[in-house]
Amino acid sequence: MKTIASIALLSWRYLWSRPLQAALNLLLLALGLALVTLVLLVGTQVDRGFERDVQGIDMVVGAKGSPLQLILAGVFHIDVPPGNIALADFEALQRNPLVAQAIPLSLGDSFGGFRIVGTTPQYPAHYGATLEQGALWQAPLQAVLGAEVARAMAAGARADTQGLPASAAEGGSLLGRRFVGSHGLGGGGHAHGDHPYTVSGVLAPCGCVLDRLVLTSTESVWQVHESAQADDPEDLAMLREEREITLALVRWRSPLAAVTLPRAINAGTPMQAAVPAVEITRLVRLLGVGADMLRALGGVLLGVAGLSVFIACWSAVRERQADLALLRLLGTPRTRVAGVIAAEALWLALLATVLGLGLGHALAGLAGHWLRAEGSLPLTGALWLPQEWAVPAMAVGIAGLAALLPVVRAYRTDVADLLARPA
Amino acid sequence: MIVTRSLGFAHAGAVTLRFPDVQVPQGGRLLLQGPSGAGKSTWLALVGGLRRPSAGTVQVAGTALEGLGGARLDTWRARTIGFLPQRLHLSDALTVAGNLALPYMAAGLARDDRAIHAVLKRLGLDGLARRRPHALSGGQAQRVALARAVLLSPRVLLADEPTASLDDASAAAALALLHETADACGATLVVATHDARAAAWVSALQGAQALWLSAEPGPAGTLATPSQTGPQRFQDGRITL
Repeated sequence: MKTIASIALLSWRYLWSRPLQAALNLLLLALGLALVTLVLLVGTQVDRGFERDVQGIDMVVGAKGSPLQLILAGVFHIDVPPGNIALADFEALQRNPLVAQAIPLSLGDSFGGFRIVGTTPQYPAHYGATLEQGALWQAPLQAVLGAEVARAMAAGARADTQGLPASAAEGGSLLGRRFVGSHGLGGGGHAHGDHPYTVSGVLAPCGCVLDRLVLTSTESVWQVHESAQADDPEDLAMLREEREITLALVRWRSPLAAVTLPRAINAGTPMQAAVPAVEITRLVRLLGVGADMLRALGGVLLGVAGLSVFIACWSAVRERQADLALLRLLGTPRTRVAGVIAAEALWLALLATVLGLGLGHALAGLAGHWLRAEGSLPLTGALWLPQEWAVPAMAVGIAGLAALLPVVRAYRTDVADLLARPA
Repeated sequence: MIVTRSLGFAHAGAVTLRFPDVQVPQGGRLLLQGPSGAGKSTWLALVGGLRRPSAGTVQVAGTALEGLGGARLDTWRARTIGFLPQRLHLSDALTVAGNLALPYMAAGLARDDRAIHAVLKRLGLDGLARRRPHALSGGQAQRVALARAVLLSPRVLLADEPTASLDDASAAAALALLHETADACGATLVVATHDARAAAWVSALQGAQALWLSAEPGPAGTLATPSQTGPQRFQDGRITL
């Protein structure tokens, strides 16, 4: 133990006796590892998020347009929907014998950047969501908040809340609180001030897309918009005839539907059917190019770092030939002299691992912060994946490989030459 | 104690060096002389266990070196031999105290800061523990190297050209210090030099022996009478031939 401690101390001193070179090596190694960590964190979370959100949804039916856009809007709520479909068409779809379940979603309004989704209780039930407080909506203009929305509202940062002063609600119940939706999905649109929603319940966090949504009944959305558009009761009646929803999440009754149903809908109705499995594969392939590029960049950085560590260790052994020979002269066994050089590389690996993991997590957190501001994918840096154990393994592997030749050279240091060398 | 018998060493591709037998008692003094290339460094390396003789035997401080090898020889060297190399080889990456901690690591011992400070004080290096070697004067640096050599109280102290670049006064002081320091730990002292001043100084010591190595290849190195240094100052030279 004493020996290991003194080797560690000595190699630490040797390492920082050339601070610039040590810092450069550390930076290269840490950046490479940070990129690898970032790709790992983001990739895994995006995959997991996709998987969870898309689970049990066989098909999304909406207005004609881009199928990928329909999926992004309907399943993940990170894009605007292509348009609306007629309620009559949706009801026809519901009656189709190949359809086991069709959940209607009506989009269009938002609250503080979170989408207000008009739907049926089937939607939260689909994700197995449970209520933390209150109950589901019983009447139009009652709303159930997703966990993240509730947190944002409780934080009192939203300007368009009504009722209690924000600070009074902090920590207390949000039930009964009233808020107004604004037109459009991004926020900043016309506020539907005449039709405030009342909070009837708050969902427990589910780690799925519901966390970022405000759920209400389909009728609420109709009510808000029809009165906003209609000038007189006649108009209102006409609008009621033309009621629409935005899209429907469909579960098939049998796999057979996969063959016939999307084609039938696309060809025979004004609606469009998109199969998430197909579109997600396409999307992942698109994103995958980016992830592969990042991974390749990380690999290049790690390669350069490995080369740089090798050069550093090699020149350290050469420059310190006399120091190492002196250690031998003083009676240090060969293995211990080699250990000093190996320990230098391990110090680099250790520091780079800490820095790289820290930086990777910080970048993931930062990316999550930006994405949250846009109300899209939930992403966090405060997460430890078992795969991340590969990062220290990689660091030690690279440093060890780079130090291998220098260590062998240090092992072979000849002492007697030191004495024989003339002054 | 140093005892060698028909010691020889073959450099790769060069003539075999042969060394006269010596027998230096524990605590004795040996003057090792000869021109460059005569094998002074090789002799030190053989006695210090850094090289293996191609012929003959070496016994140092009661240990026959041919019986030791690898890490055991290293450990033996760490505890038994103190080297004062000609180029001092103090590491600039470390402070003076850090340089003095190296013998402990070499011997696999825990660093003893009190001993380090004691030896610094004894050698007049008070307050220099945190300096870097490049900030020391030549004389100070040599004393730090001497401190490093005697820190673990070796049985044998091997000094290679300890006066090479010193003026007369400093050379005398350095030799006196070597002698006293070796005395303090009861070590046998070997001074290898081609400096006449050093030779004269060591020869004058009570019980000093001298070994003259010649550069000429031959069946054996020549053992010198201290004619180089003035026989009148060589009072009690027991010369082993």
